[in-house]
Amino acid sequence: MSASAEPAHYLTGGWSLRGWLLTLDHKRIAWLYAISITGFFFLGGIAALLIRLELLTPAGDLLSSEAYNRLFSLHGIVMVWFFLIPSIPATLGNFLLPMMVGARDMAFPRLNLLSWYIYTLGGLFTMVAVIAGGVDTGWTFYTPYSTLFANSAVLAAATGVFVVGFSSILTGINFIVTTHTMRVPGQTWLRLPLFVWANYATALIMVLATPVLSITLLLIALERTLGIGIFDPALGGDPLLFQHLFWFYSHPAVYIMILPAMGVISEIIACFSRNPVFGYTGMVLSIMAIALFGFLVWGHHMFVSGQSLYAGILFSLFSFLVAVPSAIKTLNWTATMFRGRIVYTAPMIYALSFLGLFVIGGLTGVFLASLAVDVHLHDTYFVTAHFHYIMVGGAVTAYLGGLHFWWPKLTGRLYPALWSKVAALALFIGFNLTFYPQFLLGYGGMPRRYHEYPEAFELLHVMSTLGTGVLAIGYLMPLVYLAWSLRYGERAPANPWHAKGLEWLAPSPPPVDNFVTTPTVTEAPYAYR
Amino acid sequence: MPTDEPVPAEQFDDMAQQRRSIHLGMWAFLATELLLFGGLFAGFTVYRVQHGAVFAEAATHLDLTLGSINTALLLTSGLTLFAAEQAITDRHRGTGLLFLLATTLLGAVFLGIKGYEWYAEASHNLVPVLGWPFHYEGQSPAIAELFFNFYFIMTGLHAAHMLMGVIALGAMVFLVGRWRDAHKLDRQIRMVGLYWAFVDVVWIFVFTSLYLLRA
Repeated sequence: MSASAEPAHYLTGGWSLRGWLLTLDHKRIAWLYAISITGFFFLGGIAALLIRLELLTPAGDLLSSEAYNRLFSLHGIVMVWFFLIPSIPATLGNFLLPMMVGARDMAFPRLNLLSWYIYTLGGLFTMVAVIAGGVDTGWTFYTPYSTLFANSAVLAAATGVFVVGFSSILTGINFIVTTHTMRVPGQTWLRLPLFVWANYATALIMVLATPVLSITLLLIALERTLGIGIFDPALGGDPLLFQHLFWFYSHPAVYIMILPAMGVISEIIACFSRNPVFGYTGMVLSIMAIALFGFLVWGHHMFVSGQSLYAGILFSLFSFLVAVPSAIKTLNWTATMFRGRIVYTAPMIYALSFLGLFVIGGLTGVFLASLAVDVHLHDTYFVTAHFHYIMVGGAVTAYLGGLHFWWPKLTGRLYPALWSKVAALALFIGFNLTFYPQFLLGYGGMPRRYHEYPEAFELLHVMSTLGTGVLAIGYLMPLVYLAWSLRYGERAPANPWHAKGLEWLAPSPPPVDNFVTTPTVTEAPYAYR
Repeated sequence: MPTDEPVPAEQFDDMAQQRRSIHLGMWAFLATELLLFGGLFAGFTVYRVQHGAVFAEAATHLDLTLGSINTALLLTSGLTLFAAEQAITDRHRGTGLLFLLATTLLGAVFLGIKGYEWYAEASHNLVPVLGWPFHYEGQSPAIAELFFNFYFIMTGLHAAHMLMGVIALGAMVFLVGRWRDAHKLDRQIRMVGLYWAFVDVVWIFVFTSLYLLRA
C-alpha cells in the first residue's frame, strides 16, 4: 500500500506469506478459498475444452477412448467436488456471512482456516491421483466398476474426496453456529438477508449429508484395500446400495451448489430493482423446503438402475415436489422486479441470465423426474444439458454475479462497467450455444460419455463446441479485468450500489473487525422503499 | 496476569455467547458423526432384512460375554466421566483427576477387550479380509462373510472413535493435572463429555445390532 494515510483495512499490512497463510480473518480466508477454487475451475475448464474439441468431429480422432474417459472423470471430479461445492459458500459466504449478521468474525476462525487447508491439500492430492493415476470412473465412482475393475488410483482419488469432505463439514458447522449465535441485536431470524438463509440451509445439508458420502467412500476404500465386499454381489452385497448411499449425499449436494446461488440472486435482484424481495417469508420457507425435499429425492438418479418400481414412483413424486419451492422463488424474483427501477449493471445481467437458465434447467428437471420419460432420456446428453443449466447456468453464473456485486466491498475497487457487461452477455450467449444443442442431442438419442458419434449429430456437436469458445471468453474476461481493477480500478465508496444490508455499512474494504461501530438492526431486510 | 473472570475469545462479545457457540458447534459435529454411522447402519439394516437367518446365525459366533462386559465398562465410564465433570465444576481437582483417570482406564480396557475379541476371531478364521482364510461352518458362508465384514467395519469405526476419545481423555488428565484456567477446563471437559456420551450411545446400537440380534 502507498505511504499516504489510508484508513487501515483488512488488506493493509501483513502482505507477508505468514500474514495470509496463518490468518484467522474470515475475509482473508475467503480470498485463500477464492484463489484455490479459481485454480481448480480453470483446470476443470481445460478438461471440458478438450472434451468439446474431441467432439468437434464424429470420429474419435483427437483422444483415445481411454483418454476421453479420464478427461470427463477429471472434469467431473474437479468441477463438482473442488469448485461447485465450495464455490459460493467458501468465498462469498465466508466473507459476507459474518458481516451480514453484524459479527466480527466466524464463530470458529481456526476451524475456518483448517477447512481451507484440508480442502486445498486434499484437492491437490486428488488431482495428482486422478491425473497421474488416470482415474476413469467418472465423478460418481460407481461400483462394481470402481471396486473390482478400474485401476487402483481410484483408492487415492476416493481418499482425497473423503478428506475434502471434512472441509465441507467444518465450513457447515461454522456457518450454522455463526448464524445462530453471532447475530447483532435486532438482527432477528426474519430480518436475515436471504443470502444468509441460503447459506444456512446449505450448511445444514453439508453437515447432514457429507458424512454419508464419507462412510460410502470409506467402504469403497476398504473394499479396494482389504477386499471386503459390502457392494460385491459375489458376497451377497449389492452395488445398488452404493448408489443409494452415494446419491443420499450427492443429490443434496446439488442443493449445496444451487441454494447459495439463489441467495446471491435474491440480493442482486432486490438491489437493482430498488424493490424489497417479494414474499420474503415465502422465500425463506422455500429455501428450507428445498433443503428438506433435497434429502428425499436421491432415487431419481436410479430409475433405470433396477430399484423397485414403487420406490421409483415415490422418488418421482418427491422430485416433482422440489419444483414447487423452486417455482415460488423464480416467480418471487420476477415479482420483485415488477414496477422496480431496474438498473442493468453487470451483476444484474448475471442475475437475469440466472433466471432464464435456471428456469430451463429446472423445467427439464421435471421432465427427467417423470419415470417414463426418464427411461428414454437417462444417460443421454439431455441429462448433461439439464444439470449444466443448473450447475453452470445457475451456480456459476450466480457466483460470477455475486463476485461482481460484492467486488467493490471485497477489494475497495470498481471494475470497468462496459467490459463487465460484455463478459456477462458472452457468458449467457456462450452458455446457451454450448448446452442448448445438447438437449436436442440427448433427445435424439446421443448417449453421454462417448468420444465418437454418428454423423447425424455432427452439426449440433459443432455448435456446442463453438459455444464453448464463447463461454471461455466469458470466463477469461472477468479474470483479466478484475485482476486489472485490483491495481488500476477506481476506488470504491462504501456503498457504490446504494444497497441495503449490514455489509454495506462497513467501509470498502472493511477493517479487520468488519465494522467501525457495531451495527444494530431496526428494520426488515431489503428496505429499498 | 491471571484473573478469575473468564475472558471470551476475540470474536465473541461475552462468555454466554461463546458458550452457546461452542455447544452448538459440538452438537452439529455430533450430528455429522451420527450420519457417518448412519450410512453403515442403513446398509446393515438392508442386509439384515435381506439375509435375516444367515446374519442371525453368524451373530452367534460373536462373543456375547465379552461384548456384554464391554457394554458394562462403557456405561460405567459414562458415569465416572459425569462425576469428573461435576468435580471439576465444583473445583475439586483431586476428585476430578481421579474420576478422569478411571474413565480413561475403562476406555482403555474396553479397547483391550475389543482387540482380544478380534484376535480370537482371527484365530478362528472369521476375518474375511486381505484374502485371509475364512472358515465358517453355518449356512451360506458367503453371506456370513458379509456379516463379518459389517462387524469389523462397525466395531472398527467405533473403536477408532473410542481411541480418539481415550486420547482426548488422556489430554484432559494432563490439563486437569496442570490446572491452569478452570473456566477453560469447564468447557473442555463438557466437550469431551459430549463426545464420550456419543461414543457410548453408538456402542449401544452397535452391540444391539451385531451381538443381540442372534438366532
